[in-house]
Amino acid sequence: MFEAIAFYLFAFLTIAMFFITVTTSQALYALTALAAGMIFISAFFFILGADFLGAIQIVVYSGAVMALYAFGMMFFDTTREVKEKNGNKYIVVGMSTLAAILVVAIFAAPMVSENITALYPVIEGAGNTQQVGMVLFTKYLVPFEVAAIMLLVAMISGIVLAGKKMDLSLTLYNTAEIDDMKKDQAKKVLS
Amino acid sequence: MEKYLYIALFAPLVGSMFAALFGAKPKTLIAGLLPSILLLVSLVASSILLLHILGGGDVVHVEMMTWMATGDLYIPFGFVVDQVSVTMMMVVTLVSTVVHFYAIGYMDHDKGFNRFFAWLSAFVFSMLILVMSDNFAGLFIGWEGVGLCSWGLIGFWYHKESATWAANEAFIMNRIADLGMLIGIFLVYWNTGTLQYAEAFAAMQSLDIEILTWMGIFLFIGAMGKSAQFPLHTWLADAMEGPTPVSALIHAATMVTAGVYLVVRSNELYALIPNIGLFIASLGAFVAIFAASMALVNRDIKRVIAYSTLSQLGYMFAAAGLGAYWVALFHLMAHAFFKALLFLGAGNVMHAMHDELDPFKMGGLGKTMKGTMILMTLASVALAGIFPLAGFFSKDLILEVAFVDYHFIIYGVLLLTAGLTAFYSFRIIALIFHGEDRHTALGHHPHEAYSFMLWVMAPLAVLAVIAGALKGTYFEMVTTVLPATEYHVHSAATYWIMTIGTQLFVLLAIYFAYKKYISKDIKIPDGTSEMENSIGYKILKNQYYIPYFYEEFLVKPYRELSKVLWKQVDMKVVDATVDGIAGIIYTTGEKTRDMQSGNLSTMLKWMVAGTIAMLSLAVVFGLAVRHQDEINTILSSLGVM
Amino acid sequence: MEIGLNHYLVLSTILFAIGLVGVMRRKNLLLLFFATEILLNSVNIAFAAISHFYGDLTGQMFAFFVIAIAASEVAVGLGLLIVWHKRHGNIDLDSLSTMRG
Repeated sequence: MFEAIAFYLFAFLTIAMFFITVTTSQALYALTALAAGMIFISAFFFILGADFLGAIQIVVYSGAVMALYAFGMMFFDTTREVKEKNGNKYIVVGMSTLAAILVVAIFAAPMVSENITALYPVIEGAGNTQQVGMVLFTKYLVPFEVAAIMLLVAMISGIVLAGKKMDLSLTLYNTAEIDDMKKDQAKKVLS
Repeated sequence: MEKYLYIALFAPLVGSMFAALFGAKPKTLIAGLLPSILLLVSLVASSILLLHILGGGDVVHVEMMTWMATGDLYIPFGFVVDQVSVTMMMVVTLVSTVVHFYAIGYMDHDKGFNRFFAWLSAFVFSMLILVMSDNFAGLFIGWEGVGLCSWGLIGFWYHKESATWAANEAFIMNRIADLGMLIGIFLVYWNTGTLQYAEAFAAMQSLDIEILTWMGIFLFIGAMGKSAQFPLHTWLADAMEGPTPVSALIHAATMVTAGVYLVVRSNELYALIPNIGLFIASLGAFVAIFAASMALVNRDIKRVIAYSTLSQLGYMFAAAGLGAYWVALFHLMAHAFFKALLFLGAGNVMHAMHDELDPFKMGGLGKTMKGTMILMTLASVALAGIFPLAGFFSKDLILEVAFVDYHFIIYGVLLLTAGLTAFYSFRIIALIFHGEDRHTALGHHPHEAYSFMLWVMAPLAVLAVIAGALKGTYFEMVTTVLPATEYHVHSAATYWIMTIGTQLFVLLAIYFAYKKYISKDIKIPDGTSEMENSIGYKILKNQYYIPYFYEEFLVKPYRELSKVLWKQVDMKVVDATVDGIAGIIYTTGEKTRDMQSGNLSTMLKWMVAGTIAMLSLAVVFGLAVRHQDEINTILSSLGVM
Repeated sequence: MEIGLNHYLVLSTILFAIGLVGVMRRKNLLLLFFATEILLNSVNIAFAAISHFYGDLTGQMFAFFVIAIAASEVAVGLGLLIVWHKRHGNIDLDSLSTMRG
């Protein structure tokens, strides 16, 4: 019974939060609602017994990704209201509903026809984290390593894209030269 | 012997192509001389073939090459020289040679000298194909060829609108008749399985009379167009817009006789359907008197001669319709000679009078143009059918045929026409050459034509005189292929009464014409005299208002219909459809260009739409795979798989 | 009442639809990214649910990788967004049309 209550509660909250995200005109509200939604989704993971996943969700999504978005929002003028060009909202809503139904149908088909066999079955007795570890480092090792490289590449690209004066490497100059450069820059700013 | 056949057939073609090389250049004598010489060569070859046939030689039958061999249809380019075709060949080549040499003088000052000879020789080539071919398809090729060359020659002076109009009229009327001929040819092929004369006629003996009737009718419709029988006759008079040598060759001796040739060649068919033959004969008789009546009052010498041709064609068809094929062919031959002579003489007169055509404006030309006067008078006497010239033997024979077979109405009509023929022929002669000089007052100073032109016309005159004597040899020769019915009137007394009576009637008509038109009081009619305003005169002058009728009730509605079809159907339906298809593609392109607007929002929407489409496909296919057996049963019950 | 797989799938569907609406509607690029996050999360729920109800760990693995990829995508995406903003001064979607066809 608790499960049911928890499910419905968090379901309602999640839907409400995400609804706010897509409909509000204030960017800050959208960000906040998104962050809240992420937390509530991790609740689902805990209900489902996917503890590791739930923890990852909070740490990565609500922590890192949301922080990134928050920093990103500092660059842009967030007080300004975003003007929405209203296309035909019936088309929009209709299409998305249709897409959603189709996705579910495709996912549900094997299930309805009882055509499913478990590829990596759960090992009884071990905690979820241990099970995840066992599967991750044996059968999903290559994707894991590739994902790591991908994260590295993403990090570097983020630095390159957002950084200033990237062609200048400060570690190669000694202190005196760096002071000179600072003075030049200050002159430029003042004049 | 085959080589003579090929020489006779292809020499005119070589001449034509040679002259065509000079087509755009100014007058070059060789471009006229060489085709004429080549035609002389063709004439010699035809004569050799004639002697061969006369001497009892075999019929020369060659198959040059295969034209079509598809399925059951086999049509070769085959040529046959038998008694009938050698007669036609002689006529064609003889008259053509004379006309070619004459035209060197006639077209002397014409800018299109070279082009003229190209067309003229091409015409002779087509006509030879027509008469020498041994199957209906070759006949049709020649048929169309002469139609085309006739168009080019009638409309020779193409900057004259009346000439081009007449050329189109001739060609279109021929085309209308050709439809009938084509249907006839189709019927022949369909029912007999072959287009070769020999096999087709043999197969026809065993066919149903109804089919034969239709065949005969349709083939005769084709002949009607080519030989200008009523109601497709208006083009012949208008065809006088072309140069006079053209009229002499085409509209006297050759093209218009192609219809008679067709009927003569198909005599085995027409012998099986005597009712159609009677109809042909009646139509021929009607045309004879119809044309003669229009010639009585006409004031254009070439037109009068054209009506005379029409009238004589009626005689030929009357003979052919009554089953006297050899008589029709004989009259064709004799008529070719004196009619061509008449036309050429008229050409001389026209040249002398600077293309003046009204005989009332001439008069007294006999003093200055003696040679032409003699030749034309000779030709007119022959035309009138006075013994012992050629016309007597051929025309009176036709009258005998009609009398002997108890077709008294036809006989009566033809007899009356003979009188009218004599009258109008000598009306013209009298007005032009005799009587008072009316032309000097109008400023004309005529002179005789070049003497070589007169010499060239001489052979025709000789033949017009002596052709009657050839009747015996001709009869012996030609009846090997044609039915050899001899026509003997029942009693000698009737025969003599008939002959003498006809001669007297004709002579009376000539005397009457002379008396009326030689008199000194002839004035140039200017529309005010009582006769000119009488109803009969008006009807005859306007050709019984038939051209007017055609113009009002056939040409104009057809033109309106064409306009409607053009504007409403072609432009609005056909063009609109084609443009619509292009337009659809265009607008589709324009609309889908918005997909690439660069606007991310729109592209996202399209992306979602595309995703939905692919997902749907996945679902549908997945379901199809799952229920494959049911789908197969449904489709097979529908008969698809 | 028993919460079965269907409930989770329906929830996932609803969230997916909301995400799609957001993707199609939003004109501000940043808010567009938010909607993309919603999409990814809804799918994660679905994966986890199926994995739970079938005793298969594949679903959780997949969700795990999805999270990793989403994180890197955000990093790169925001970097690009910053560059664009420096160049054009606004991040309105309708101005993003230099690649028009």
